[in-house]
Amino acid sequence: MPDIEIRMKVNGRARRATVPPRLTLADYLREHCRLTGTHVGCEHGVCGSCTVLMDGEAVRACLVFAVQADGAEITTVEGVAAPDGELSPVQSAFRDHHGLQCGFCTPGLVVTATAFLRDNPDPTDEEIRDCLSGNLCRCTGYQGILKAVRAAAGGPAAAEETG
Amino acid sequence: MKPAPFTYHAPRDAAETVGLLAELGEEAKLIAGGQSLVPMLALRLAVFDHLVDLRHVAGLRGIERRGDAVWIGAATTQAEIGRSEQVARDVPLLSRATPLIGHFQIRNRGTIGGSVAHADAAAEYPAIALTLDARLETLSPRGSRTLPAAGFFTGMWSTGLAEDELLTGITFPVRAPRSGFAVEEFARRSGDFALAGAAVAVELDGDAQIRRCAIGLFGLGPVPLRAVAAEAALAGRGTDSVSAEEVGSTAVAELRSVPADLHGSADYRRHVGAVMVARAWRRAVKEAGDA
Repeated sequence: MPDIEIRMKVNGRARRATVPPRLTLADYLREHCRLTGTHVGCEHGVCGSCTVLMDGEAVRACLVFAVQADGAEITTVEGVAAPDGELSPVQSAFRDHHGLQCGFCTPGLVVTATAFLRDNPDPTDEEIRDCLSGNLCRCTGYQGILKAVRAAAGGPAAAEETG
Repeated sequence: MKPAPFTYHAPRDAAETVGLLAELGEEAKLIAGGQSLVPMLALRLAVFDHLVDLRHVAGLRGIERRGDAVWIGAATTQAEIGRSEQVARDVPLLSRATPLIGHFQIRNRGTIGGSVAHADAAAEYPAIALTLDARLETLSPRGSRTLPAAGFFTGMWSTGLAEDELLTGITFPVRAPRSGFAVEEFARRSGDFALAGAAVAVELDGDAQIRRCAIGLFGLGPVPLRAVAAEAALAGRGTDSVSAEEVGSTAVAELRSVPADLHGSADYRRHVGAVMVARAWRRAVKEAGDA
């Protein structure tokens, strides 16, 4: 069961490693790249905590083997903020609208919402709920998260909360 | 949990792929999007010594009109199918079933060929392929062949594919004029597999009589099913003389071995199945009448 050499770009930085094929992308990011923002919850594709962007598309990093991401561009939650550390609109909205409590699910939700709003900048509440349905949060009851995503999209939650 | 160790292969073309399958035998498994396989590996419900990845295999992706059918490459993702205007226009039932599969993060990786070859009895695409009489194109070291969806699903996670056979593409007939389509499912949580689901395709003639119809059922047996007796009884009848509830109860009357578990008894699933058929029937007939 030989190890395989892989190369990928993670948050803009070229990475190269030799990994066992059974290593998931989530574990590669955490253990080899030391990017522990990508959280590992269920390890079988249910909780959404490990969501990252792979060539721009939101995917479960626990359901992709690192060898399958050879040649891909990956964005993790560490790559969502501006290079100077300024929070992205989604991150700011999560802070402003109580979109997190313990924070375990937050990286997956931030990455999910970032991809969703890029493809659907003016979503309805129903579309936001559908987007969020693939990520489990055990603290907030989701209402703060929903408000945060609505606010990041420039919706009424922003006016209501800050007005 | 972590998957057990395996050897990874990434062949460059379909011939090399089926050659590897023939050489490695039952210790090998194909992986495309991996959205069903990787969870099974992680939970150690399945263990394979070799995974053969289709990511570099050319010719397995795309959506093309071919005569009276639409060909979809087996490695085309569910997300690509969901975005396709061609599929929405020519195979609307497939379009409408797509958002019901998992979540959008899953559909970004999951493929149609993976769904159909994995053959989960509660999954959407196998049932849609069966409902629309899709044709499945395959390749093995013995050559290529085309299989009808009817008879392809032989048991839980089992199909008519040989051990060294690769599903390369699926063709769906283009919708007929005066036809209507609907899919309905009930799941405990958004994105879960359905407790029970139904897909309906109906074609009317000029006098609002049912020329032919297809009723597909999923989550209601060890394989996706067609309610063939109900379909036959409906052909030739006027849509006004048929109540959706009657179609629902007739369709589930044929069912044998409905699954039961802690999420629902067989009787409960049968009842939900009848309601799903009735809802899908109503919408499909309305669409066909308006067409």
